[in-house]
Amino acid sequence: MANFIDRRLNSKNKSTVNRQRFIRRYKSQIKKSVADAVNKRGVTDVTSGESITITKKDLSEPVFHQGNGGIKDRVHPGNDQFSAGDRIARPPQQQGQGGVQGDASNSGDGSDDFVFSISKDEYLNLLFEDLELPNLEKNQLDKLIDYKTVRAGYCADGVPSNIDIVKSLQGSIARRIAMTADKRRQLKELEAELTQLEQDPHDNVQAKITLNKAIKDIKEKINKVPFIDSFDLRYRNYAKQPVPTSKAVMFCLMDVSGSMDQATKDIAKRFYILLYLFLSRTYKTIDVVYIRHHTQAKEVDEHEFFYSQETGGTIASSALELMINIIADRYNENEWNIYGAQASDGDNWADDSPHCQNLMRNKILPKTRYFSYIEITQRAHQSLWQQYAQLADGDSSFSIEHIKSVEDIYPVFRSLFKKKIEQAA
Amino acid sequence: MTKRKPLDDNSDWTFKKLEQYQSEIARVAEHYRLDTYINQIEVITAEQMMDAYASVGMPIGYNHWTFGKKFIQTEQTYKRGQMGLAYEIVINSDPCISYLMEENSMAMQALVMAHACYGHNSFFKGNYLFKSWTDASSIIDYLLFAKKYIADCEHKHGIDEVEACLDACHALMNHGVDRYKRPQKISMEEELKRQKERESYLQSQVNMLWRTIPDNDKLHDKAKVSFPSEPQENILYFIEKNAPLLKPWQRELVRIVRKVSQYFYPQKQTQVMNEGWACFWHYTILNHLYDEGLVTEKFMLEFLHNHTNVVAQPEYNSPYYSGINPYALGFNMFIDIRRICEHPTEEDKAWFPEIAGSNWLDTVHFAMENFKDESFISQFLSPKLMRDFKLFHLHDDNSNNYIEVGAIHNESGYKKIRMQLSEQYNLSNLEANIQITNADVTGDRSLTLRYIPHQQVNLANSKDEVLKHLYYLWQFDVKLIQEDSHGVDEVIAQCPKAKIQVEKKATA
Repeated sequence: MANFIDRRLNSKNKSTVNRQRFIRRYKSQIKKSVADAVNKRGVTDVTSGESITITKKDLSEPVFHQGNGGIKDRVHPGNDQFSAGDRIARPPQQQGQGGVQGDASNSGDGSDDFVFSISKDEYLNLLFEDLELPNLEKNQLDKLIDYKTVRAGYCADGVPSNIDIVKSLQGSIARRIAMTADKRRQLKELEAELTQLEQDPHDNVQAKITLNKAIKDIKEKINKVPFIDSFDLRYRNYAKQPVPTSKAVMFCLMDVSGSMDQATKDIAKRFYILLYLFLSRTYKTIDVVYIRHHTQAKEVDEHEFFYSQETGGTIASSALELMINIIADRYNENEWNIYGAQASDGDNWADDSPHCQNLMRNKILPKTRYFSYIEITQRAHQSLWQQYAQLADGDSSFSIEHIKSVEDIYPVFRSLFKKKIEQAA
Repeated sequence: MTKRKPLDDNSDWTFKKLEQYQSEIARVAEHYRLDTYINQIEVITAEQMMDAYASVGMPIGYNHWTFGKKFIQTEQTYKRGQMGLAYEIVINSDPCISYLMEENSMAMQALVMAHACYGHNSFFKGNYLFKSWTDASSIIDYLLFAKKYIADCEHKHGIDEVEACLDACHALMNHGVDRYKRPQKISMEEELKRQKERESYLQSQVNMLWRTIPDNDKLHDKAKVSFPSEPQENILYFIEKNAPLLKPWQRELVRIVRKVSQYFYPQKQTQVMNEGWACFWHYTILNHLYDEGLVTEKFMLEFLHNHTNVVAQPEYNSPYYSGINPYALGFNMFIDIRRICEHPTEEDKAWFPEIAGSNWLDTVHFAMENFKDESFISQFLSPKLMRDFKLFHLHDDNSNNYIEVGAIHNESGYKKIRMQLSEQYNLSNLEANIQITNADVTGDRSLTLRYIPHQQVNLANSKDEVLKHLYYLWQFDVKLIQEDSHGVDEVIAQCPKAKIQVEKKATA
């Protein structure tokens, strides 16, 4: 006697909850692993998950069990050389020959690490936990661009293709019940009367005929109530719902003058990748515009942006001007969420820095959601930093940070996008 | 035997073919008097198999991170190819649920059906341990109740609280088993109904026990009574009933873990027999079908290939050796019992006068029904099998710098090897013997446990960690004592730790 059940189509992720519990429980260890990994990661490697290492010791679930030492008696198969009474030198570091299964594995202090992979989403969630895009909500609500059609209940008229059959028939049943209630009550009374007459010993022929006729009439009337009426028809109603645009453009501005070496550029690149990853969690489509500048600015592709070498002095405002032009040209601020990130070693023509502040304040910040300036240098700050610092004091959508070495990238990134509790409240 | 038209031996399976094979296997199983629960055979994918693995064989598991960890481990090793998945998992429930993996070939599915749906299934129904300790018809309901209850608790008290409590219970799971008392069978409706009553009743009992209001009448004799009156080995049970500050829902969690532990306890004690019985029957049933001409040679070759892999026993010096393979030992023992019945030698007649020459089917059923691994081996391991396995016994005394060969497979060693092998499967020797000896009801409410070493083996270092978990449940001082070589009690672990120095002075 047996029943076969095909369970293959059942959800296969029965363990998902438990897996999440596991990640939740070891979050601190996993986060450390993620933070370590982010600095090692290839920059364009956005789509893969990450393998996480936790020391086995942290994971062990302790139980009472017997330890080493004492007297152990074991039976083993495959005797090829021993006879009773033989003495065997104790193998070093191991208790007993072979150490029957269970002895070794239970002790739980093996040195192996527990390695497992987390998916891309889990990785990003952990990486960007507690972070948020500044000013996101505030700005989006007053700039609604896209509409999407959503179901919005039912209405009494519309085009035939939108007729909802179930709803209409429900209406039809209700109407028929309502319209015939009175007649059915009469019918019931008449029928009761008829049965009474039939039980009556007298013939009552005439009365029966009248009654039967009345019953027939009422039945006809009931049948005349139409099965479906245009009154019953219900149409699915649709409404247009505004959705916040999910398009974003990210401007990467970088100084490529002679003073920027490859190591500095690598740091900048990692920062841009983090920013890109972070934005990609909120926006479906992201355009990235790379602008490099020395004394002149130029829009370039990714490879050229990071790898080609230039020499010469630095005029940062050239890049800002180009950015303004590109925004005017291609990225209408009503349609696009504009983010900017500028990386530099801080060198700039002293005369140019006030101009930068001016451009930033009047032309760029009003159009962007957020602009961050990072300065990658070991030296003291120069004029550009000071000019920007004045600006950052008064404007929450602009911030500046200082990065000294690779290790600073992630902490600086986190401090840039830390959830601002007081703002949310 | 009349030859019949063979069943389709194409290696792809279909549900129609599964049913054909199943009904033939069922017919043969009935011929051999295998009494089973109704089978519920579920076809699942490899991923679902990993899910089933992770929940350690519970068809409905409550949520806990440790199952997530097991799942990730299984997934990792499986993906790296270090481990194949088991061909089947079978659950001791009524109806008896077996999982078949979809990638198995037809021959494998037939093997698995014979093995799990008729082998294991009849073992669950027939063996005395399962009969007296588990209730197959109520386990699914109970697990459903447990899952829902724990989910509710998480909702009410937060995931962290529930998790901490379950962690503590899991640490003591092996000590949550009744060994000598028959538990009550419980179904879900009853459980739900009684759970409410229990909650209030238990709490009131505990409150009585820990009353601090002086009770003048009884004060004098009460001081002398030690509590518990006898040492308790079921630590979780003791906690559930007596822990002073546990909340009612925490007591219920303790109970759930205890029940689950109890449910699996017979499986731990009958690994060799259970697997041996299932292997013996898949081998016997499929050979019977072959003799009838129902399955082809092609089918048999694939079947035998897998069968041989399963019951292989690597020798002690093989790199694949990891102890005695329970499948190999169990299978060969049942085959050997049949041989002793059908073709006894003089030696068998001397060693097994009762069964030599008896009806083999009666004898194997008798053996299956009335033994557990330990007693099964001491009763039925024959000298011939010891020779076949070339068993030898090693005596490893820590105080010597050598290991001694205690006995080998010869006339003078048979009895000793058999005794030692049987001991090796005696759970009470394998698990740490820890008992609650005293709860200081009238004093500082501290709890004392005693470890009684088996053959001078000390407790492993994990004891401190486990004691922390016990402390979480008891919430007052907990200490673990052991008698040292001079017969003086010594505290070997304590939680909270601060007072260890003081204690040593006190005992010295």
